[in-house]
Amino acid sequence: MEKIHFSRKQLGIPYALFLALFVVIPMLLILFYAFTATVDGKITFSFANFLNFFTSTAKLSTLLMSFTIAIISTAICLLIAYPIAYILARSRLKKKNVLLMLFILPMWINFVLRITALRELLDLIGLLGSQNYLNVIIGMVYDFLPFMILPLYTTLEKLDNSYLEAASDLGGNKLTVFTKVTFPLSMPGVVSGITMVFMPSMTNYVVSDTLSNFNITILGKLIDEYFTTYDNWHMGSMISIILLFIIFLSMLFSGGFKENKQETRGANLW
Amino acid sequence: MVRKILSIALCVLVLLFIYSPILLLVVYSFTDSTIIGQWKGFSFALYGQLFRDAKIMQILFNTIWLALAAAVLSTVLGTAGAIGIFYSKRKVARPLQAVSQIPVINAEIVTAISLALLFSVVLLYRTYFSLIVGHMVLCTPFVVLSVMPKLKQMDPNTYEAALDLGASPTQALFKIVIPQIFSGIVSGFMLSITLSLDDYIITAFTKPKMFDTISTYVYNAVKNGTNSSTPALRALSALIFVVMIVALLIFNLRARKPSKTAGGNQK
Amino acid sequence: MAELKKEEKIIEIVNVTKMFDDTAAVEDVSFYVRKGEFITFLGPSGCGKTTTLRMIAGFDIPTTGKILLSGKDITNLPPNKRPVNTVFQRYALFPHYNIYDNIAFGLKLKKIPVTYVNDKGETYTKYQKLTRKEIDEKVKNALAVVDLEGFEKRSVSTLSGGQQQRVAIARAIVNEPEILLLDEPLGALDLKMRKEMQIELKEMHRKLGITFIYVTHDQEEALTMSDTIVVMKDGKIQQIGTPTSIYNEPANAFVADFIGDSNILNGTMIDKYTVRFCNHNFKCVDDFEKNEKVDVVVRPEDIKMSDKKDGMLVGKVVSVVFKGVHYEITAIVGRSEMVIQSTQSRNVGDVIGMIIEPDDIHIMKKAFTVNKYDGYITKKNTVVFGDGEFDCDVTTLYPGSHLDEEGYLITANGEKLDLTDTDVNVEVDLTAIEISDNAEEGGARGHIVSLIYKGDHYQYIVRTEENEEDFVLDTEDLWNENDYVSVKIKPENIRISLKQEIK
Repeated sequence: MEKIHFSRKQLGIPYALFLALFVVIPMLLILFYAFTATVDGKITFSFANFLNFFTSTAKLSTLLMSFTIAIISTAICLLIAYPIAYILARSRLKKKNVLLMLFILPMWINFVLRITALRELLDLIGLLGSQNYLNVIIGMVYDFLPFMILPLYTTLEKLDNSYLEAASDLGGNKLTVFTKVTFPLSMPGVVSGITMVFMPSMTNYVVSDTLSNFNITILGKLIDEYFTTYDNWHMGSMISIILLFIIFLSMLFSGGFKENKQETRGANLW
Repeated sequence: MVRKILSIALCVLVLLFIYSPILLLVVYSFTDSTIIGQWKGFSFALYGQLFRDAKIMQILFNTIWLALAAAVLSTVLGTAGAIGIFYSKRKVARPLQAVSQIPVINAEIVTAISLALLFSVVLLYRTYFSLIVGHMVLCTPFVVLSVMPKLKQMDPNTYEAALDLGASPTQALFKIVIPQIFSGIVSGFMLSITLSLDDYIITAFTKPKMFDTISTYVYNAVKNGTNSSTPALRALSALIFVVMIVALLIFNLRARKPSKTAGGNQK
Repeated sequence: MAELKKEEKIIEIVNVTKMFDDTAAVEDVSFYVRKGEFITFLGPSGCGKTTTLRMIAGFDIPTTGKILLSGKDITNLPPNKRPVNTVFQRYALFPHYNIYDNIAFGLKLKKIPVTYVNDKGETYTKYQKLTRKEIDEKVKNALAVVDLEGFEKRSVSTLSGGQQQRVAIARAIVNEPEILLLDEPLGALDLKMRKEMQIELKEMHRKLGITFIYVTHDQEEALTMSDTIVVMKDGKIQQIGTPTSIYNEPANAFVADFIGDSNILNGTMIDKYTVRFCNHNFKCVDDFEKNEKVDVVVRPEDIKMSDKKDGMLVGKVVSVVFKGVHYEITAIVGRSEMVIQSTQSRNVGDVIGMIIEPDDIHIMKKAFTVNKYDGYITKKNTVVFGDGEFDCDVTTLYPGSHLDEEGYLITANGEKLDLTDTDVNVEVDLTAIEISDNAEEGGARGHIVSLIYKGDHYQYIVRTEENEEDFVLDTEDLWNENDYVSVKIKPENIRISLKQEIK
């Protein structure tokens, strides 16, 4: 066994080394910097960053505000995406694949350019500079809507029609069929979509910067600032750790580390 | 009937929302005006400016070569990695796959600063190497995720059959395994290209100081308030929008049909 | 068991064991294959037959032992260097090639020695690839052998299962291997197609004249096609022989049960050529020691029904099932069940007589008469064996001894002994073991790995997980294979004896 399969197993070694060097070690570095401080040029173990984060009103309010923006953006995405996905999935059109593509096509176009284009539009209608929070939320929805539509469509498309027929056969009206059967069965898509939208909405600071004229600082921006502006890697790492913890919790909540991101991001179009 | 009209109306509205900024940019790329909303007659002037702007051309070139280099390297590394993981024992494969998932699940900013810590703070080394590594960290896990299902679908005995018929392990790999997972490799490659083209955050944290891609250039242009003073960017965006939309439509409408009917057996 | 004649051995397997992690898939297997024969490995799934085949093909390397090909050691030779080709269970055709390219795959890689003469008149040999024309020719011939002429350009996905199977065979035989290995090649086909292919394969074997090594779990297939059958179970060979000898003279209860239908009964030899079972003495043709406990196998078609008064045995019919060519009649004789196949029918409730000719009574040594283990005594005066701990009576080790309050053993002549860690031999009768599905109840725990119905009771083997210790037991209760059970043994039923005197 060993002798024959050796050459195939060996193929994984470069990737294993790559992951160790450029994924595992960098993540450990974050952990290291988060719990150390540089005092007089010397690095010492320290809980200061941790305590600092949870006692700083500014940082906590940034966290809270990012959370709020992300929740509102995700909710709006879901409210728009669900009916769209439902209409597409249930439609009897032969070319519904093409229609779906129109909705998710922007996923593959550079998001900085799209957000800049949106900025021009918001400028034109007079929102830019006056409605920062609204603009940021519009931007997040604009950027991440396709990531909500695709998983919802995929689950609703796969939904076996006989469940719905059975439900109405058993006397359910349209509303009950939807609330008791369709919606619960589409939950995997809902959860997948939420995880795809929520986390980027907390961290993608290109959207918030561009659309608020750099007036709104979300959590991702805060990390960026500690690195590029304040040169405080320790605090930046600590905020990253807190972000990682939130990611971990949301993964736990969404039922585990499934390989659903790729399904949403790629395989369906390419 | 009412439902149908409502459905159509909703779809149209959302499509309008999605495409109006793009449309706006495309329309105003054909007029020689510094700000959007000011129509100064139809003109290709911005496109002329765009192609004469050596800096923007350089950036466009940078973006493309970076995407190609990252995609090629990621595809090779990821395909080999997927094959290696697939044929390893669970004890080895499980942790590898878990680590491989980290960049996929992680917020991009965290991946970016983790690499920045390694390259800028520890190694004091931010060059094209760190940039390409950054993009590979972004892309390779997706290549693995694209190739893995194809390996699982493959009849495991075909590799053994090739050995049995006299092929060496290397011959069996290239003649039998690679062709069977080729569609996964291609989609991994395409995915890598789009991920790399799309990226801002990792690029910003791993690039050499004087290097720019479209993403970093446009973001910095907005940051420095110079966005409206370079209307040539509008032409560039419009061009990219149109090219990408057309390319994606063609690629998908052509690639989708045969794979649906022939069950993926034909190339 | 019929001995094989020693002719030319093409493959010889010598004491081969294959471990996967900690379990042995094949355990100390030795046999040989004669050149040109059709040999079949037969056994239930997980018996090690496919692993044996894969070791001959070179996909798996034996953990210990040797594989010889025409006397040459090929144990560690990679599969691409062996003159052996395989037909896989699910065909393993290359989906990205058409039929022609599938079949030509091996030929295109092949290099054959060609002898040339140079200017000085010296001969030299060069290894050359086959020419396009030679390959075309061979592919065409191979397709003709499997009746698929003109299929060259077709793609794999357009073929039916039977056609794919034929292509897989063509792809293997086109390389003119010395041995063709077939791993359950007909398993994925429907019954009718399978019957046709059996005949065709046999015909192909005759025409090609090469050695076929065939793996199947279908006993009928093995009996129909093979020159020699190797019956395997749990990684071990149970019996090697011709189809006739395996069917008529099964070596043990497992083989009898696996090959064909059979009644397996407990018997005792009461004299030379006389066996007693079902409370009746039968003449038989086998010679065993007097009073030896034996398994008696009687094939259902060998039991003749008679009037009640003429029967050697008398039983009451409890079920009659029509099976197409015969009736299957089940009758109760005393506490045993007898299955009879006959063209005549009976009614449920009839009392019938049964006659069995001496030739039709097959007698086998009982596979297990008592369980034996190595064990040791603990501080608590319990005994540890078979991956478990059981209460026992340690005073039986020393006649006339007793235990004091502290648990020391006082021998008959007053000596005080500490038995902790004393090594003992342990014996437990098959009927003394009880099993329970309450894991806490017994002294040891394991899965049921085998059950054989023996007329009036079942014989189970419970195997523990840790060291794979077996508990063989007889009981009337019905359990299922793979049930996780605990093993209970009453202290008085555990016979212990000292391995050596305590110093």
